[in-house]
Amino acid sequence: MSQRAAGGSGSILARFRLRERIRDRDQAVYGILIIAAVLFPLVTIYATDGTALVSQATRAGYFVLLAIGLNVVVGFAGLLDLGYAAFFAIGAYTYALLASPQLASSPAHHAVHLPFWLMLFVAMFVAAAAGAILGFPTLRLRGDYLAIVTLGFGEIVPQLFYNFDQWTGGINAVGIIDQPVLPAWIQGPWSGDGPVQIVRSFNFGGDPVAFYVLICILIAAAVILVSNLYRSRLGRAWMAIREDEVAAAAMGINTVTTKLLAFGIGASFSGFAGAYYAADVSLVSPDSFLFIVSITVLVMVVLGGMGNISGVIVGALVLYYVVFYLIPGLPENVTNLANSIGLSSETTHSLADATQHLNYIIYGAILVAMMLLRPQGLLPSRIREQELKHAAVQEEEAAVEMEHAT
Amino acid sequence: MALLELNGVDAFYGRIQALRKVSIKVEKGEVVALIGSNGAGKTTTLRTISGLMHPGNGTVSFDGREITHTRPSKIVELGICQSPEGRRLFPRMTVGDNLVMGAYTRNDKGGIASDMDRVFALFPRLQERRTQIAGTLSGGEQQMLAMGRALMAKPKLMMLDEPSLGLAPILIETIFSIVREINAQGTTVLLVEQNAHKALEVANSAYVLETGVVVQSGTGRELLASEEVQKAYLGM
Repeated sequence: MSQRAAGGSGSILARFRLRERIRDRDQAVYGILIIAAVLFPLVTIYATDGTALVSQATRAGYFVLLAIGLNVVVGFAGLLDLGYAAFFAIGAYTYALLASPQLASSPAHHAVHLPFWLMLFVAMFVAAAAGAILGFPTLRLRGDYLAIVTLGFGEIVPQLFYNFDQWTGGINAVGIIDQPVLPAWIQGPWSGDGPVQIVRSFNFGGDPVAFYVLICILIAAAVILVSNLYRSRLGRAWMAIREDEVAAAAMGINTVTTKLLAFGIGASFSGFAGAYYAADVSLVSPDSFLFIVSITVLVMVVLGGMGNISGVIVGALVLYYVVFYLIPGLPENVTNLANSIGLSSETTHSLADATQHLNYIIYGAILVAMMLLRPQGLLPSRIREQELKHAAVQEEEAAVEMEHAT
Repeated sequence: MALLELNGVDAFYGRIQALRKVSIKVEKGEVVALIGSNGAGKTTTLRTISGLMHPGNGTVSFDGREITHTRPSKIVELGICQSPEGRRLFPRMTVGDNLVMGAYTRNDKGGIASDMDRVFALFPRLQERRTQIAGTLSGGEQQMLAMGRALMAKPKLMMLDEPSLGLAPILIETIFSIVREINAQGTTVLLVEQNAHKALEVANSAYVLETGVVVQSGTGRELLASEEVQKAYLGM
């Protein structure tokens, strides 16, 4: 008995350390991310003498925001959402319509130009409301059925923007969207072109660095918000529903409001990201919000480590790199490599051609390999880690028992 | 007036009737047992009480209030908590978090902390495994956690659904002695069991359900002595 007690307390200590280690790991990841976020524009602007890479990073940034939001729905509350891009579209169109000349040519005959900073929050609320509206019919559904309904929603929304072309311009897209303007008091003598220039002038009209700084601030705000939510009463209720909905109801959780809140809050982040996206690219078309976007974001969440915020961020960045850099750049890189090891130009050409054709197969293979090698995601949550460890121990025990039996 | 009273309750799963005119009374401070074989309607009775399903006819009242059509979350707030059949823990949450979830409807931090201590005093094993995730506990520990979680709601009435299911005999003894202990500390207990012998031993009063109908009732001792019960459920 005493032996057992000793073993028990020993394992508790070990577990405690595991917990601490993971908390440390999260802090380390955030630290690295912050340093990287600061260094990235400095280094790339210096090295490449241009801001092309910075605007690419900005684009990665809204995928990070989307992944953080989807993680609330899928990772925390366990509601599989395959139509998440719809909310992104709703956020983007909210800003695009209310801050561009578009409505002048619509039946309203009057262009609206609301300020970006206000619209960030308006878009957020509109997307959250859309999330709650989607939530209603799905409240009784679970798992696969829920996934199919969200999939349908994700297909319907871009179609709506296509078909209401009187308002949205349909296939012609909404263009010339307003850029954010900083309030005058920020543009003090200490910035811009004045005699004392401490900070370089900060102008959203065509300066990618300004957008980069903004997305970093938005992401930081989102991370703080979501981590607090995760530790809150609501966060625990989400987890309980994910684990066992009946038991959650038996504990006194109002499953209806809790699920609606998950959909709404998750969607609000993509509304945020959508308004930001519209301002950044200044052109919003229904084509930008197809199924592949929803799936890419979902893969980012799963790959990074479902339920773990720092993991999801890393997952989003890694997958963004793979999808938008590694895969498209592959033919060129293959050509360069082949040239450098001295293959004939004919083989080089056919090699590049082959990689071009195999793009998606290579992408698929990378995903399969990642999931086989790290099913728990790149940076799994503490729970997932313990679970897999337990499964491994059980397997080992079973194996030992088998050996004894024979 | 009884703490919990079911009056002529009919319950249906779609078109199939699972309970017929079930009337049950649970007095304050008692341990009441519902016994019966598989499919007799024991779990359905509990689900009707906790609001997870609503009766077609009849009424359920608790603590002087009708709760026939009340939401489950509201019923928990009123003071009924259930340790459901098959335990239904939150497998990927820690033991500690599972217990905290039990106190979901409460706001008194001090009270929650002292109830946590109380649960750990009843189940020292849970304290040892506080940071472990619930899915990795053994069957007996999971049952302890399910009971501890229900206690965290500080219920006036605690409902236990098959607490002895799938446990080793020695653990069953422990579980039932803890049921006695919980009752002695002032919580009324409604116990659903297939293990009729053990249940009747601890119960002040008991009901026998057969295909959705209460066929017999009495004190635990009376039913233990009853010939029909002995034949049907005690294997004598």
